[in-house]
Amino acid sequence: MTLALVRLDDRYVHGQVVVGWGQALAVQRILLVDDAVRAAPWEQELYRLGVPSDVELEFASVAEADCRVRVLAAAPERVIVLVGDVATLVRVCSGAAAITQVNIGGLHSAPGRRERLPYVFLTPDEAESLARLGRGGIEVTAQDVPSARRVPVAEFA
Amino acid sequence: MSEQLRGIIVSHAAVAAALVEAVGQITGERDALVAVSNDGCSLESLGRRVEQAVGSGPAVVFVDLPGGSCLQASASYMRTHANVAVITGVNLAMLIDFVYHRDADPAAAARRAVDRGVKATQAFAR
Repeated sequence: MTLALVRLDDRYVHGQVVVGWGQALAVQRILLVDDAVRAAPWEQELYRLGVPSDVELEFASVAEADCRVRVLAAAPERVIVLVGDVATLVRVCSGAAAITQVNIGGLHSAPGRRERLPYVFLTPDEAESLARLGRGGIEVTAQDVPSARRVPVAEFA
Repeated sequence: MSEQLRGIIVSHAAVAAALVEAVGQITGERDALVAVSNDGCSLESLGRRVEQAVGSGPAVVFVDLPGGSCLQASASYMRTHANVAVITGVNLAMLIDFVYHRDADPAAAARRAVDRGVKATQAFAR
């Protein structure tokens, strides 16, 4: 099991992920799961600019993610899996038994969402989806940076 | 060029606002720069902040880091707006020079700002 972190973060690759979590967990690879980014080489190049040269960054569509997560979970590299929305997180978790914990790192304000934590805004449906993941046996916690408190899903969803 | 460039600084936390204030204190120029913070923003909402800050005129967007949400939002905006250029690694020296040279086109102004910014970065050690 080398999935160092499975993170929901709508900013994907940014300082908290690369510097905060990447260094704390000695990460060697980041898998970014998003259909639009997977199809946009130009956007991919921008994301690569934010990643240290000793960290591999790869991109997968949601459909490709099931297979890639299973492969990476069995590989020796330490990996962060990044998804940008609750639906994708649920989909990825359902396809990979190796995922036992998920980190809610940042989901920002949008129509229909209510603030649950300063960095977590959820619609009622999104909150229920995360709570259901928790009831299904996956440990769901919110934590934006490694030094912050891990907030159990029951406290925000 | 008939319209002067506007400078937009996009940063984490309050770095952009502090740079705008510092440039104002040093040069007296108060209308050339606009600060945008990524605080509390998704990529989408940060893109809207950048769009509002740029307005309709030509602009150079100064981003703090060469990667991350500030660059992602700014470069995505630039991709669909030909009168906008983006540079990374903003520093005070390049901004001070920029406010006095806003008659260029965005690409030329961006190149000049990078040149001034790089030249201002030096190491002094014994």
